[in-house]
Amino acid sequence: MSQELSAEEHTGHPTAGQYFRIAVILCAITAVEIGIFYLEVIGHWMIPILFILSASKFALVAMYYMHLKFDHNLFSYMFVGGFILAACVISFLLLLFGVYS
Amino acid sequence: MAQEHAAPIHGKDEGTTTGLSHRKMLMWAFLGSDCMFFGSLIATYLVYQGKSLEGPLPIDVFDIPVTSISTFVLLMSSMSMVLAYSALTKNNIKGFRIWMISTAIMGSTFIGFQVYEFSSFANHHVEIDCVSPGELTKYEQHIFDDGCSSGEAYAESHEGLKPQTNLFGTSFYTLTGFHGAHVTLGIVWLLSLLLLSFKKGVITPEKNLDVDLAALYWHFVDVVWIVIFTVVYLFGVFPGF
Repeated sequence: MSQELSAEEHTGHPTAGQYFRIAVILCAITAVEIGIFYLEVIGHWMIPILFILSASKFALVAMYYMHLKFDHNLFSYMFVGGFILAACVISFLLLLFGVYS
Repeated sequence: MAQEHAAPIHGKDEGTTTGLSHRKMLMWAFLGSDCMFFGSLIATYLVYQGKSLEGPLPIDVFDIPVTSISTFVLLMSSMSMVLAYSALTKNNIKGFRIWMISTAIMGSTFIGFQVYEFSSFANHHVEIDCVSPGELTKYEQHIFDDGCSSGEAYAESHEGLKPQTNLFGTSFYTLTGFHGAHVTLGIVWLLSLLLLSFKKGVITPEKNLDVDLAALYWHFVDVVWIVIFTVVYLFGVFPGF
């Protein structure tokens, strides 16, 4: 692991092994999502739980597969800026059309 | 293991004002703007959620196990894509080509699932036993009320879900259709790069920006699907949402 980390520090990108481990984590999160979906006892907690799990997958892909964690911060600002604007558009449209009421 | 990956970091010493690659900057700007594009489509879907006057509704047509498999395939294609890029930077051209082909195949499989899903939705058929109907959804109850009131043994509907059927159909096909179009474009892009890799000196470990940009696009398509799968499919059939 320390060798892999040194490779990461040296080149700025993870190793193939780390990419594979991230894929395993992504699959595990998806499996948990589907499992939770069929658990009726969770009730309305399902929405925040699925939301958090989905956000975790999004962050993992963006940070490691898209290399945002290792690339220049300006790339992150451009993408996260667009993402925040999109989140605002969704929130305000839902508010405007009374979905929350 | 320590020197497994020797990717040059694009965006450093590019000879530009910022020191960053203009092409990579443009790709990130495009992805940021595409976030807003899909954001507006997702917002439209959510605003129209539950506003359809007639069925079929999400609970009538969605098949979560099938969509889960296609989600898994797309996630795996992202891993395959990043391994293709990793192989290229290590001067493993053969590995690069294998991973690129597998990414394109998995992307095509995802599109195949989408075509299957769209056609099964469009040809959605409901048949209800009037004597023992069992537990019915709102849409099925409507068919039951219409068909069984005249003393028939079975009530059925061949309406299906098309873009013009109801608000759910319109917003669902627009959102997932645009995502499918993005995936299709990505497959064409990947196959183009694969063909270019057979031309000497076009795609090399040093000249890997073209592959890096295609990979960014592909991963973006993946993260958009992560959101769509949760918001549209899982939340869509959850009664409390």
